[in-house]
Amino acid sequence: MATRKNGQTMRFASPPSILATVSVVGPREGQGPMSGWFDVVKPDRLLGQKSWEKAECKMVEEAVELLMTKSGVRRSELDFLLAGDLLNQIISASFAARTIDVPYFGLYGACSTIAEALALGSALIDGGFATNVCAVSSSHHDTAERQYRFPTEFGTQRPPTAQWTATAAGAVMLGPRGKGKLEVTHATIGRVVDNGMKDPFDMGTAMAPAAADTIAAHFRDTGRDPDAYDFVVTGDLGAVGQPLADELLKKQGVNLEDRFIDCGKMIYDETQDAHAGGSGCGCSASVFAGYLAKNLEQGKFERILLVCTGALHSVTTYQQGESIPGIAHAVSVERSG
Amino acid sequence: MKADKPTTEAYQRLVKRKAPRPPLLRNVIWAFTVGGAICAVGQVFLGFFLLRGMPLREATVPAAAVMVGLGAFLTGLGVYDEIGKRAGMGAALPITGFANSITSPAMEFRSEGLVLGVGARLFTIAGPVIVWALAVALVVAAVKTLVAGPTGG
Repeated sequence: MATRKNGQTMRFASPPSILATVSVVGPREGQGPMSGWFDVVKPDRLLGQKSWEKAECKMVEEAVELLMTKSGVRRSELDFLLAGDLLNQIISASFAARTIDVPYFGLYGACSTIAEALALGSALIDGGFATNVCAVSSSHHDTAERQYRFPTEFGTQRPPTAQWTATAAGAVMLGPRGKGKLEVTHATIGRVVDNGMKDPFDMGTAMAPAAADTIAAHFRDTGRDPDAYDFVVTGDLGAVGQPLADELLKKQGVNLEDRFIDCGKMIYDETQDAHAGGSGCGCSASVFAGYLAKNLEQGKFERILLVCTGALHSVTTYQQGESIPGIAHAVSVERSG
Repeated sequence: MKADKPTTEAYQRLVKRKAPRPPLLRNVIWAFTVGGAICAVGQVFLGFFLLRGMPLREATVPAAAVMVGLGAFLTGLGVYDEIGKRAGMGAALPITGFANSITSPAMEFRSEGLVLGVGARLFTIAGPVIVWALAVALVVAAVKTLVAGPTGG
């Protein structure tokens, strides 16, 4: 068998299809520029639950439930659930998996999780271990704030580099080749890159080198040029991190120009007080499941490279003076030929 | 991969060049106005208690208590964090900011119960400030006593 891996990139011999995508978001995200592309906009951040954590878990459950309906994949036909989130011990994913009740891989890649799940899910299908795989990731502004920063009602001033953790979940149903309008053809798995940045209120800067590293690796491994893609979409580098990644890529001779867009910059507008933009596992997951996948389905885009970026620090490592390691995974998604 | 020193330094230079600057003037104006307004309100309550015949040293106590109550109330209504994000230190430094720093964790961690949630987390923000303020006060008082001799109080 010819090798299907080159450098950091897996090429899927029989590219798995995307059967359906679902996004469930909170009220703030529902008022943003992506509003019309989301499947479900929740009117309140608690979703009628008793805690923020239960609310986030509920979002995941609802997203997967709707995804099964939309894709027509029944629970008994769903081979694996690949899920993750930002919380300690990835509780949103695991507690949702308790309800969804199918074999489950819990993943942690911070905000890069949805790309990690799509890469692994595609590999499971292409490798013949699964027919249908569900990839889902979520974040909730209030669960993330209380874990990483301050209580939500604490009156603190955020610096302009800070990003706003999105309250959102994005779910993708992967299935056999030819069953859906979109397919996943390649996945480039990122290295952990740490350029010594330490400011937890400036994640974009910490993650930009990892994004640049993975994007450069993707083009090197596949032999493709940037113009093979309509868009190269980073997860959530935001308004501060994205120009830095662009600069780092230019230094390596990769010029993305206006093909380079960022989910973190797209999910909120200037009036929403999100500072440098959105972040969180749900940000890129919901923008992909909403705006990006639907534009691909409608034929407005032919092919995109989704590059989800994660900051792999914890409160403990930050308090102990460690720098913030970043990661980025890329998946190439295109319309089925 | 942990970047080597030259890469790290080059990146830090690039970051510095591109970093957005906080709106300093706007922040200062907000902090001054809001901080000043909070103090003016405190002054009104102090005046109220003075008018009722309390001596100054005693009147500051109920005035501070009213301000703490007001800060906690505005936190409960979800207003104080809106003030704080604009006014920064102008909202954090007055005693209403102290009330906000205690009320907000009390609300946030209520979901973990009254003992391990509210009880254990109440002082997560204010606690370190109190600890080190007391430590500094101790040192200052000790120095003063050594230099100027003990004073009655």
